[in-house]
Amino acid sequence: MTDRDKQSSTQSGLLGRRALLRASTLGIAGGFLLPTQAAETLPLWSTHSGSAQSEYGGRSAFVSDRRQTNFGNPFGPQAGVSYTPLATLNGTITPNSLHFERHHSGIPAIDPNVHSLTIYGDVKRALRFSVDDLRAYPLESHCYFLECSGNSFLNTLASAQDLSVQAIHGLLSGAEWTGVPLRYLLDEAGVDSSARWIVAEGADASGHSRSLPIDMARDKVMVALYQNGEVLRPAQGYPMRLFVPGSEGNVSVKWLHKIKVQQTPAYSREETSKYTDLLKNGKAEMFSFAMQVKSVITSPSGTMSLKRRGVYEISGLAWSGAGSIRGVEVSADGGQSWVAATMQSSGGDRALTRFRIPWHWQGHSAVLQSRATDSAGNIQPSRTLALEKYSAAGFYHYNGIQSWAVDSQGQVKNVFV
Amino acid sequence: MFLCSCPRRLARVYNVIIVATATLALLSLSPLALSQQHNAARGNGQLGHHLQPGLGRTVDNIADSIVSPDGSALPVGSGSVAAGKVIYAARCSACHGSNARQKGNALVGGVGTLATDKPVKSIGSFWPYATTLFDYIARAMPYGQEKSLTASEVYALTAYLLHLNKIVDVEAVIDRERLPLIIMPNRHGFIELHH
Repeated sequence: MTDRDKQSSTQSGLLGRRALLRASTLGIAGGFLLPTQAAETLPLWSTHSGSAQSEYGGRSAFVSDRRQTNFGNPFGPQAGVSYTPLATLNGTITPNSLHFERHHSGIPAIDPNVHSLTIYGDVKRALRFSVDDLRAYPLESHCYFLECSGNSFLNTLASAQDLSVQAIHGLLSGAEWTGVPLRYLLDEAGVDSSARWIVAEGADASGHSRSLPIDMARDKVMVALYQNGEVLRPAQGYPMRLFVPGSEGNVSVKWLHKIKVQQTPAYSREETSKYTDLLKNGKAEMFSFAMQVKSVITSPSGTMSLKRRGVYEISGLAWSGAGSIRGVEVSADGGQSWVAATMQSSGGDRALTRFRIPWHWQGHSAVLQSRATDSAGNIQPSRTLALEKYSAAGFYHYNGIQSWAVDSQGQVKNVFV
Repeated sequence: MFLCSCPRRLARVYNVIIVATATLALLSLSPLALSQQHNAARGNGQLGHHLQPGLGRTVDNIADSIVSPDGSALPVGSGSVAAGKVIYAARCSACHGSNARQKGNALVGGVGTLATDKPVKSIGSFWPYATTLFDYIARAMPYGQEKSLTASEVYALTAYLLHLNKIVDVEAVIDRERLPLIIMPNRHGFIELHH
């Protein structure tokens, strides 16, 4: 434990590992009582057989977390989003039923026996692959995060919204994706030496299309067929999607059915009119694919309330489109002092990382923050710094530090500091 | 067979195969070449990291739906501002407004606002390429009736929207030759982070 840790521990209540153990022996962490359950009051589930096994599992009737849906466009209710319940999940894998969604014209009901992937344009031979064809290729499995480029947009507004981590940051999920490295298919088609871009197009009604530099397309991009061990869900691109690790979500084109190889980008509507980042000077950044280094405390977080004084675990997620997460620091005093959190689970290249640190809350007001550093040395910026060069009217890729204020009553609220 | 019992021996066999495959990879470089060799290989088969089945089937007559600024994939057909005005009223105005300035769905206006606190990103103020209009209308509009417009109807709507934004005059007729020649006002308003 460093001197800085010791100081922070006493002042802000953040506890390093050794400090927590010492706190326990001193009694400040509080004891716990075993349930005083007498044999004669055993619950029903301990005395009667439960329900039978099933062909497809469900969850406990006591678990009710859901995606939060938001149909932003009154003219296009299927062109909406749904937010992952980050506060109630733990670890780094988002269950497929709770993975965030963003669709531009609803979820198509694709027959995999009809659907195919065609690679054409500046190639030696245009090729078509069925879903079964692709399943026969050498597959790779990797854990990656996926984040909508508009995630956390609410924190770019002028005033802080009193909302949950789900509502503010829930366009973020993590999964294990399994698919065919795209370079295998590009090589089979034989890309012309003059080609510089691919343009991927979805089979949904919006025909969502994005251009990607061919060097990126040949790197870690895959045609994903499976998510967390099962075939893709329709909402995530069944039967196949492009997956571009670390990039803004909509580049990972769902319901992928065509890839055109060419010398220039297509400059599609989604990469010019939308998903570009307007700067204060009126110019806009285009092809800003990579999601920047970022973290958020998921517990305690906005709209929660602390019911007791004592030791809590501060826990959250960190990720970066530039690599892996090197570390996360946590502050309980609005950024005056920082303590390194313990890094847990996953933490691979462009994957979600879970961080944790114990915190002794003594009933005083506090401001909880987390600050991630990635393997490329990028440090998550303050909100002020993150907003600095962009138009006040909003942009994509916001990655400023999140501040959760805890008041003396234990109410947790989104604030700007 | 030796596969049944001895892990050490099995590991040796795999090592030999991996070395052999690595040598093969060095000799042939491209996965396609490997897949062809794999297809040709019979009998005991091969093992390796990049062996592929080579299942892509050659196709021609592909419907190319990706329209780029050079005009590639633009279809035959043409449309006038006048024709576009009629189609717009019937197919577009419900969502975009009779004057194409529906809040949140504005297609017109906002020129000179990009560097202000209330930028309006419309076709005229923001879009860098006119070909994108054709590409997007053809693939994604009208919402809920996507891909129901003919090529000439899409050219007409493109002409009408460009006219509303004061980019072409009222007599304009747009087709695959003329569309790529139109220079949009915000053509140089972007910083491309990848080339």
